[in-house]
Amino acid sequence: MPIIATQGLTMRFPRVTALDDLNVAVEPGVVGLVGANGAGKSTLIKILLGLLPPTSGTATVLGLDIAREGLRIRESVGFMPEYDCLPPDVSATEFVVHMARMCGLPPTAARERAADTLRHVGLYEERYRPIGGYSTGMRQRVKLAQALVHDPKLVFLDEPTNGLDPAGRDEMLDLIRRIGAEFGISVLVTSHLLGELERVCDHVVIIDGGKLLRSQAVEAYTAASGVLTVEVDEGRDALGRHLFDQGVSVHPEGRFLIVDIAGETTYDQVRDGVAGLGLRLIRMEQRRHHIEEVFQTGPPAPQAPAGTVQQGAPR
Amino acid sequence: MSTSTIHDIGYRHYDGRRSGRAYVLRSLYVHNLRAAFGLGRPARAKIMPFLLAGIMLLPAAGSVAAFAFSKQPDALFRYSSYANIMQVIVAIFLATQAPVLASREVRFHVIPLYFSRPVGHLDFVLAKGAALTTALFALMAVPVTVLYVGGLITKMPDSGEQLLKFLGALVGCVLYALVLAAIGMVVAAFTPRRGFGVAAVIAVYMISAAFVGAVQGIADAQTNFTLQGWIGLGTPFNLVDIVQVRLLGAQSSSPGIAPGIAGGAVALAVCAVIIAGSIAVLYRRFRKAGLS
Repeated sequence: MPIIATQGLTMRFPRVTALDDLNVAVEPGVVGLVGANGAGKSTLIKILLGLLPPTSGTATVLGLDIAREGLRIRESVGFMPEYDCLPPDVSATEFVVHMARMCGLPPTAARERAADTLRHVGLYEERYRPIGGYSTGMRQRVKLAQALVHDPKLVFLDEPTNGLDPAGRDEMLDLIRRIGAEFGISVLVTSHLLGELERVCDHVVIIDGGKLLRSQAVEAYTAASGVLTVEVDEGRDALGRHLFDQGVSVHPEGRFLIVDIAGETTYDQVRDGVAGLGLRLIRMEQRRHHIEEVFQTGPPAPQAPAGTVQQGAPR
Repeated sequence: MSTSTIHDIGYRHYDGRRSGRAYVLRSLYVHNLRAAFGLGRPARAKIMPFLLAGIMLLPAAGSVAAFAFSKQPDALFRYSSYANIMQVIVAIFLATQAPVLASREVRFHVIPLYFSRPVGHLDFVLAKGAALTTALFALMAVPVTVLYVGGLITKMPDSGEQLLKFLGALVGCVLYALVLAAIGMVVAAFTPRRGFGVAAVIAVYMISAAFVGAVQGIADAQTNFTLQGWIGLGTPFNLVDIVQVRLLGAQSSSPGIAPGIAGGAVALAVCAVIIAGSIAVLYRRFRKAGLS
């Protein structure tokens, strides 16, 4: 059963169309939602929470209809907004306990779950201090804890790595992967940084201008691209010329040579060329696609139906 | 235990009880009531509410002491007048604590966290309103109770009549608390910065009191007592006092009291409109804040 399914979901505001006939279905796991700022990510989350009625179309979350069963959806999902949403004058413990009680957890259970969840997100002694004195990294952890405290079946994480330094970003991504793998909670995580999502997601949905651009498993985005990256210490141009003379399709790119793989013999030709010219080979690897390429090649088929796998343009 | 180790037992799912709407509403009410007195917050959040509550008690305690020595019934404040006499303190309490309940969570964008949970918009407004009303009621009713109990201990005559007056004054306190909470919450909810919120609530109180006072003064000079009575509807303390005098049989403690049972009925209707209007406005305000 898909955890989220939308049919013809459209959201028009007086001046902009945030979502335009969006059809998407995602299975349990860690799902990335990608789009530029203003692509309609946050609007989609509000609609899926049942807080904002869509202009037209329907959607289900965990099999529950957003229009009729919003309350039941909100009982079983967690939400971490992208903006700062914490009162400064209470401690993390006090705040998370309160939020647990707002989900109906009895007082004792709320305290236990809050302590557990704060430990899981990596907040220890500092959780007894007022939130006002926390760093951005700690605030993000409290925001994550309040989304998980009631043990939801699905969490919406809106830009969880916003404002974090590289180390904090890595820790947050690691946590997100654990939520999906160890905690067994499905995750819908938004970001405009595709590299991040590539690392943690099973499935990535890309929306642009409120329309679905692509929805497929991460492997499909990062499939081998049929080109070889070759890096040599010196003599890049000599090797390039040598390979070109042998009829290999090759072009330089930065410090590398990009070689189209015509067959098994291509590898031998590169090896023999390097050996023949007496160069030092630093690396030779199959290049994989990056999700970013979806944007670099432009939106070729904006209304591509869900699940279509498009071949990335060869470089 | 001499030695202890922390075991990472991994993530545990929660499959215990999840209580329904009544529990969530009650938790929200208690949370806000605690917030109104700064409980669960740093010490400086407790200073103002408890200081003001203390100031509210002093005249009542002094009055009981004065009665105990002098045995003059006049020495004891009238129960129904107490809130009106102490109205400045009550207004300051409202101004400092209404923003804590009404605008703090708007300002720090906490509202969406409530509405992404099984918390209804109306429940949210009612819990906050009830919490501030309870806080204000406690602020006014505790000193009135001190007066009554003090009167009983020091053998105030006519204990039956005193009880009736005391109960009437408590009803008055409920009405004061409801009307003041309704006005304070709305003003504070539209001034997200706390400092502005405090100033705005005080301004609404001062301006209405000054305007009504001025008009009443002029009317008094022109011996137009009808106008003097009706204009009293324009400021919250005088408004509730009209209800107390005309419908609860209290003695007047305001410059102007609208005449007859009709005056009381109109004043009560105005109170109801203020409370209902406040709930409607706050409902829309918080609903909008929940989507930002």
